[in-house]
Amino acid sequence: MSDTHAQTAAFQASFVREEMVAASPPPARDRGVVKWLRENLFSSWLNVILTVLGLLAIWWIASHVFPWMLRGIWVADSLSECREIRNERYGEGVGAACWAVLTERWNQLMFGFYPQDLYWRPVAGVAFFVAALMPILFSRLPRWTLWFSAAAPFVAFWLIWGGTIWAPVVVAGGFALGALAYVALSNVNQIAATLAAIVVPVLFWLFAAGPLIGALQSAIPLAIEFVPSDDIGGFLLAVIIGFSAIILSLPLGILLALGRRSDLFIISKVSVAFIETIRGVPLIVWLFTASLLLNYFMPPGTNFDLMLRVIIMVTLFASAYIAEVVRGGLAALPKGQYEGADSLGLDYWQSMRLVILPQALKISIPGIVNTFIGLFKDTTLVVFIGLLDPIGLSNAIRATTAWNGIYWELFIFIGLLFFVCCFAMSRYSMYLERKLAREHR
Amino acid sequence: MAMTDTAAPAAEIDRSNMRVSDEVAISIENLNKWYGEFHVLRDIDLKVMRGERIVVCGPSGSGKSTLIRCINALEEHQQGRIEVDGTVLSSDLKNIDKIRSEVGMCFQHFNLFPHLTILENCTLAPIWVRKTPRREAEETAMHFLEKVKIPEQADKYPGQLSGGQQQRVAIARSLCMRPRIMLFDEPTSALDPEMIKEVLDTMIELAQDGMTMICVTHEMGFARQVANRVIFMDQGQIVEQNEPEAFFTDPQNDRTKLFLSQILGH
Repeated sequence: MSDTHAQTAAFQASFVREEMVAASPPPARDRGVVKWLRENLFSSWLNVILTVLGLLAIWWIASHVFPWMLRGIWVADSLSECREIRNERYGEGVGAACWAVLTERWNQLMFGFYPQDLYWRPVAGVAFFVAALMPILFSRLPRWTLWFSAAAPFVAFWLIWGGTIWAPVVVAGGFALGALAYVALSNVNQIAATLAAIVVPVLFWLFAAGPLIGALQSAIPLAIEFVPSDDIGGFLLAVIIGFSAIILSLPLGILLALGRRSDLFIISKVSVAFIETIRGVPLIVWLFTASLLLNYFMPPGTNFDLMLRVIIMVTLFASAYIAEVVRGGLAALPKGQYEGADSLGLDYWQSMRLVILPQALKISIPGIVNTFIGLFKDTTLVVFIGLLDPIGLSNAIRATTAWNGIYWELFIFIGLLFFVCCFAMSRYSMYLERKLAREHR
Repeated sequence: MAMTDTAAPAAEIDRSNMRVSDEVAISIENLNKWYGEFHVLRDIDLKVMRGERIVVCGPSGSGKSTLIRCINALEEHQQGRIEVDGTVLSSDLKNIDKIRSEVGMCFQHFNLFPHLTILENCTLAPIWVRKTPRREAEETAMHFLEKVKIPEQADKYPGQLSGGQQQRVAIARSLCMRPRIMLFDEPTSALDPEMIKEVLDTMIELAQDGMTMICVTHEMGFARQVANRVIFMDQGQIVEQNEPEAFFTDPQNDRTKLFLSQILGH
């Protein structure tokens, strides 16, 4: 009895709720927009000042650039005509962009001196190529669509350069022969099979391909008009060089990275020498080498296509960087992964392909894409060896009397073209990282 | 290092399959290995019969891990002869891959492949090394995952499992290759105490099935229960080996006595 009494007294002494308080919203200054503004823009006096200055700077730039862009004149034949239209419309001295240069020279900026009546071919070629890349980029697409990806380089090549259809078919046949040789010998000896997979196609291309193409063409003539590399220019040129180099440099870079980490002395030292030499010399020097010096090393009389030489050089250059990025990924993997694969009896190539590279490449994605973006922008350096990429064409356009004196419009446009491609690559890399992070945890 | 009798002798062990035959599974003669100038293994001689369960213990740096890693050529030895299941270990890669596919190994840090699901971890080697059809490999994998009591985790990734579960997957992954010998390199050292038992139970079950096992471990309870021989190493040499009962109650070597007093003293 006294016990209960004591308890009641104790309870009365302390605070006890008799009615529950309903949940209420936080104070106005801690909610929604107000909270965000306070935390992100006006958290202290210094930040208030910086915010105001920042807004002023943005306003200053935007108020100059946007009217200039939006007042832009889209139809005119020359810069002076642009100016006349501007004076008429807005009055003397008002800033107005002359986008007419883009509409008037659009085809040239895109295709260089590609024959006008054949523009559908590069458009179809690049479109098919990009579409065929999708199965590689997005694993959700059905796997049989990868056959399109395999065919894409040959289809795109044929559409852009033209000539007999048998040339790309026979070259593709060389790859098929290599695969056949590998399958046939892989049960006998792995090393022999790998060697055969390289030697058989090379011999085929060197000795059998030429006569075979001629014979097939005379038996079943199937050809479209041939367009020489010299006629290809503009953004098409940048895309061809960029895409080819990106696609070729990744496998080469991976092989170099594996080579550099190899236990085999010669392979490792050759890889190191290759990587360091390529990386230690500016790309522009390699491009001049490609355009001027390479022919000295060829048998007299051979005329190796300049664009092909440039693609090879850019590929080698990028592959050295890719190799170092991938080497970083390989080094980041714990030793236990190598031992785990070894202890199960997987041989070197199996453990690399199934266990090590999937993880190492995943780590290397940001670096690889970074290299690709750099490579794609570096294709503009080909202007110095006389190829007509967008920059080269813009110089040519500015040298004409009609467009002499125009700068901003051309370079903004070219910048935008590259920005769209590079930004897409960057976004894809982030998508891939997120996807792999989700899948692997 | 947790070196205690964590695994209390649980259920009675069924010894009907635990027979040591007189067929040699592993024979190591005059093995010497150096890390640079450091002589890590010195004149090791060891014969392991089929069906033996050997526990290797000793202070850290005594070369016990190195010894079992020499058996499947994860470490290269400079002198001596190792014969595994009738195949002499040489520098020929084919030969090494053959031995590795016959000898299963479990590591302290599991070394599961984090980019593959549990099932894919278990089917990888059977499919690529043994050329087993995928379906069959998956059936075998599920069989062994059931044996280690985690079939329901088959579609998860290793990162989603606890340490004990990962180690059991690692054991199942080795078993999928149908090895004739299993090597364990401190399989419980990286585990939380409550997970040690589940892994030891799996290993005990394996022993009851008659598997030839060499375990580097400090689980003395396990050694008492399952091992038929305990080997004590110090400074790269085998300084004492005996049956577990005699080893624990009547150690001969001073270094062994010190070691045992340290790990069993508390």
